[in-house]
Amino acid sequence: MKQKITIEPVTRVEGHGKVTIHIDEDGNISQSRLHIVEFRGFERFVQGRPYWEAPVLVQRLCGICPVSHHLAAAKALDVIVGAGTGDGLTPTGEKMRRLMHYGQMFQSHALHFFHLVSPDLLFGVDGDPAIRNIIGVAKKYPDLAVQGVMMRKYGQEIIKATAGKKIHGTGAIPGGINKHLTQEEKDSFINGADPLNIEKMISWAQDSVNFLKDYHSKNKDFIDNFATFPSNHLSLVRKDGALDLYHGVLRAVDSEGNKILHDVDYQDYLNYINEEVRDWSYMKFPFLTEYGKKEGWYRVGPLARLNTCDFIPTPLAQKEFEEYKAYTNGKPNNMSMHMHWARLIELLHSAEMIKELLNDPDLMQGELVTKGEKQKEGVGLIEAPRGTLFHHYRINEHDQIEMANLIVSTTNNNQPMNMAVNHVAKDVMTGQSKITEGMMNAVEVAIRAYDPCLSCATHALGQMPLELILVDKDNNIIDRKRK
Amino acid sequence: MSEQIKFTIDGKACTTEKGTNLVKAAKENGVYIPILCHLEGIKPAGSCRICNVKINGRFMTACTTDVADGMVIENITPEIQELRKIIVETLFVSGNHFCPACEKSGNCELQALGYRYQMMVPRFPYEFEEKEVDANSNKFYIDRNRCVLCKRCVRSVKSKDGRSIFAVKGRGHKAIINIDHELANQLSDEEAMEVMNTCPVGSILKKERGYVDPIGRRKYDTQPIGSEIETINV
Repeated sequence: MKQKITIEPVTRVEGHGKVTIHIDEDGNISQSRLHIVEFRGFERFVQGRPYWEAPVLVQRLCGICPVSHHLAAAKALDVIVGAGTGDGLTPTGEKMRRLMHYGQMFQSHALHFFHLVSPDLLFGVDGDPAIRNIIGVAKKYPDLAVQGVMMRKYGQEIIKATAGKKIHGTGAIPGGINKHLTQEEKDSFINGADPLNIEKMISWAQDSVNFLKDYHSKNKDFIDNFATFPSNHLSLVRKDGALDLYHGVLRAVDSEGNKILHDVDYQDYLNYINEEVRDWSYMKFPFLTEYGKKEGWYRVGPLARLNTCDFIPTPLAQKEFEEYKAYTNGKPNNMSMHMHWARLIELLHSAEMIKELLNDPDLMQGELVTKGEKQKEGVGLIEAPRGTLFHHYRINEHDQIEMANLIVSTTNNNQPMNMAVNHVAKDVMTGQSKITEGMMNAVEVAIRAYDPCLSCATHALGQMPLELILVDKDNNIIDRKRK
Repeated sequence: MSEQIKFTIDGKACTTEKGTNLVKAAKENGVYIPILCHLEGIKPAGSCRICNVKINGRFMTACTTDVADGMVIENITPEIQELRKIIVETLFVSGNHFCPACEKSGNCELQALGYRYQMMVPRFPYEFEEKEVDANSNKFYIDRNRCVLCKRCVRSVKSKDGRSIFAVKGRGHKAIINIDHELANQLSDEEAMEVMNTCPVGSILKKERGYVDPIGRRKYDTQPIGSEIETINV
């Protein structure tokens, strides 16, 4: 008998989505899809607003990683106010923004690992759903839960000190930043009462990496084979190839590590990246234009970043990076569940970067803003926790935004997430006579690895596609209208 | 020496010079009477009604009233506070005020009054009226979605030869504030900044300045509106 399984809502991800899995008469998976059922529309309603409003307005896309949108928009506007394409800010402007961003990476990665993912690892993918959640973790592993909460708090306090608020701040303005770090703030981050100080955060981040490695050593089959498939990988890298989450050039590699996008200036992203619309999801499907829809899709996020970069410019994270790379003999890592390993190495890197920045005197003195000759158009890219985030704005002669294009990290991971869903559905459900909750959660685990933020990722230009179907009492369709 | 007169506000004995405007006289005596359309130094209009008080038992607008000897004024009573809250709510529902992304947030008098009168959700339905913005001036971005038609700009902003830069166009609920772009473009940056500060809400924005005041250092971040007057020891 044909069967259609719907998992709705997908839980422990940011935003709302649903999954449909179609099973044919022989028990084989004929089709599985991740549908994004939310609708936003920011690209449309920022039109006509003054350009300097964008970093504050557009970040309202999301309450999870507003900092990423805030900074990507500000970077695009740096270009518009003539402050250069990412490296033209004053030292204070750039470093304060970096501190804000690494605070955001730190808190977001901690949130994802401890709150959203650890229940699957600690209780098992098919564990009792009544305890397979953060409350269950808090009861059985209270130290770990507290660690997650405090790491997130530390990152949020960094955001507050740089952006003005923990959520939806106003710190980054076109051409720079609107405040310095105070001595009091600096002291509290460096020497704060235990555990809220940077040394403890680095130590806990290192512990998290060790925890994951230990789990991996005991669950190799699951971590290495679950939702594993080859793909291209894309991210920003520093000009010298280092991991840089705030700024760089755009690089992509294929599943074997060959460069297929050669460190290009992201101002020209439209020459390299295109988006496909499919009628069953509000989320678009980006791909590298040169390689087409079928071969050009790619992954973004921690896994992709550690596949594209050559090294990590902080010592502890670099040491972990070397071990991580050695596991795949230096080749790109295509194992979805290794996303967690990569994410925790980035967590450690973010903590080290925060320490380095906190000791930089430029944060507390120096010019905040710089401007030059005004431009009509600007693109800002940043490596958000979930991957590469694109903001693109064009303004008119009256300083109003007339065009905005956003390609959100999760959108970049749309095809990979669908691939992961398909792989897992085939692996765990094919030929099964009964579909269990554990099997359904396995599909969610695959999606969760990408830490998708579904609320950010949906936006539409023009009309929202809607279908209205009129049926009679015998379920015959008598009329169908689309708009 | 000018003549001193005596009056009371909510039972508090006050003194001022004869002929002093009530809002100003209250301020001298450490009493805050809220204002929105009024601005010290310009002719009062009494249009927003937020400064309503009871004088000798009758409602009157404080900004249009000079204090007389022996006046008995009620300022903070449940009835008057509720009336003021209603006025704030009507202003919110008749415009399109999105405080979260507004660059005047934290410096906005209407928002500050909303907090002072503990407005949670307006009791009236939102009108969501479509309002046009005017970005054609070199100096200002005029967002009529946020305009409360207080006319402070109309009354106070003049060119060097005394001509009005802002004016009201239309009548009744169709009234909007218009700007003379040519005259506005002649203002210096400092003068343009003064104009922005004259506007009690985020309707007149000086271009390319947004969000330079960090959160925590904006006017009403650390103290509620009126508290600077109420904390004066008289």
